[in-house]
Amino acid sequence: MRKHFSAYMERIAAQDDIVFITGDLGYNALENLALQMGPRFINAGVAEQNMIGLAAGMASQGYRVICYSIAPFVVYRCLEQVRNDVCFHNLPVFVVGNGGGYGYGIMGSSHHAIEDIGTLSGLPNMQCYVPAFIEDMNACLDDMFARRGPAYFRLGLGKNISPDMMLKKYGAATMNQEAELTIIAQSPVANNVIAALKNHLHESKTVLYVINKMPLIELPEDIISSIKRSKRVLAIEEHISTGGLGSAVSLLINELSLPVDKFISLHAEGYPGGLYGSQSYHQQLSGLDAESISQTINTYF
Amino acid sequence: MKHKELQGRLRTRILELHYKANSGHIGCSLSCIDIMIGILKYKESGDTFILSKGHAASALYSILNEMGEISNEGMASFYQDATTLPAHPAPLKYPAIPFATGSLGHGLPIATGIAKANKLKASPGISYVLMSDGETNEGTTWEAGHFAIANKLDNVFVIIDKNGLQGFGNTANILGDTASAKVWETIGFDVMETDGHDIEAILESKRKLLEKKNGRPKMLIAKTVKGKGVAYMENKMEWHYLPMNQANYEEAVAKIKVDYNL
Repeated sequence: MRKHFSAYMERIAAQDDIVFITGDLGYNALENLALQMGPRFINAGVAEQNMIGLAAGMASQGYRVICYSIAPFVVYRCLEQVRNDVCFHNLPVFVVGNGGGYGYGIMGSSHHAIEDIGTLSGLPNMQCYVPAFIEDMNACLDDMFARRGPAYFRLGLGKNISPDMMLKKYGAATMNQEAELTIIAQSPVANNVIAALKNHLHESKTVLYVINKMPLIELPEDIISSIKRSKRVLAIEEHISTGGLGSAVSLLINELSLPVDKFISLHAEGYPGGLYGSQSYHQQLSGLDAESISQTINTYF
Repeated sequence: MKHKELQGRLRTRILELHYKANSGHIGCSLSCIDIMIGILKYKESGDTFILSKGHAASALYSILNEMGEISNEGMASFYQDATTLPAHPAPLKYPAIPFATGSLGHGLPIATGIAKANKLKASPGISYVLMSDGETNEGTTWEAGHFAIANKLDNVFVIIDKNGLQGFGNTANILGDTASAKVWETIGFDVMETDGHDIEAILESKRKLLEKKNGRPKMLIAKTVKGKGVAYMENKMEWHYLPMNQANYEEAVAKIKVDYNL
């Protein structure tokens, strides 16, 4: 997604109210953008707190400001700046974090962001974007740049959308009016769900909804209908259960008194055993790889 | 001393606010009210001001009331339920308070961002920020300071209210002098020191600093007395926190009326 993001930025770089601030990252990705934006491309150095405060100051003077870094660096270190300086004042500062979830794999836990959505999505005026595919990523970017308030954009390892999925306002969905299981997923881990469905011929029994914006304030109508019909729900996300998609869906199901016989949340489990590896290794440990997802789906039938 | 009457009047207003609210943060407001007169009353179109030491909100509210930016009705609600004037400035309530503050170390990064935006747009405004000396302990002070230096932001103007006291002791005994003129001059600021209660001196130092269009950010270190104007509060850390009883209040106001010719 990073390259697509960079290409998108290059397309809008000429808009003179856009400022791009990097936290000293962008090697082999942002060089062209820096050339195109000239003085509106700023390297704030290794100083994320100042980067966000600075961005708030610039945004107060009419700029839309992107703050770019590796996801955990631009979420946790500067959380108070995001909350007080940006969100309290409803300013268009767009925090873009590369490598959400376990995206940085073997780089280790300092480089992972598996609590980012829970951390940010409850802040006032904040809109989090967690696209799963290249196609919905573009829609999210269009949406973000039309905003006049704060946003967080989680970049991951996105693929092109599967041909049997349709883009929706809330993300994307497969078409299955007869589904016996409603799967609700978020982030590029949705691609593992798609692989699980194809490899194990679950497609006819399931419907997959992909949600790309948080907080989830309400359930889309088609998802409500599907839950009413299937009475079985599986939530999947590369994020811890606290403050993530599964907990939001569970709350909404309860508030709407939807009849659910079985609800499973597959989510990031942190670091079981204290061992480290690639993104797919961590996904496996959390039951988020295609094979594990398939096994979980089997428990419904 | 053409500002003396105003300096006294705003002091009595601050004391009245705190007495009615039965609240603390008196000493730190009396420490910086003269600086605020020097900056806010002489602000030019395009200039911005951020109160980074948000706990001195009563001083800010008092001068903005004087300037017609906050109504008397608003002032009467200070510290009350359903107020727009809490103990630390609230967001998005008054155009003259562009940023809510209260957690230390936020003002300088924001002011630096405003200054950078002014440079990009070739706008002439000066971005003022008032900080406490204790606040320069914060790492963001140094991040923003170096950004301002590296980006040649000679339109950012930092005023340090240097009263030598911080939350739980003398600054000298905690992290040492993080608001040292020598240090800030060495890393790349133009620095001047002045008496932070002498408005003519503040204005003269400000003028001299702003004359230098040399790419170096500006810092005015204003030497101040915490609780200035109320003898029993002066240089006393406890008056960061304590409210006044009736006798305290009456004594303070009587003294200010005499000393400031009210």
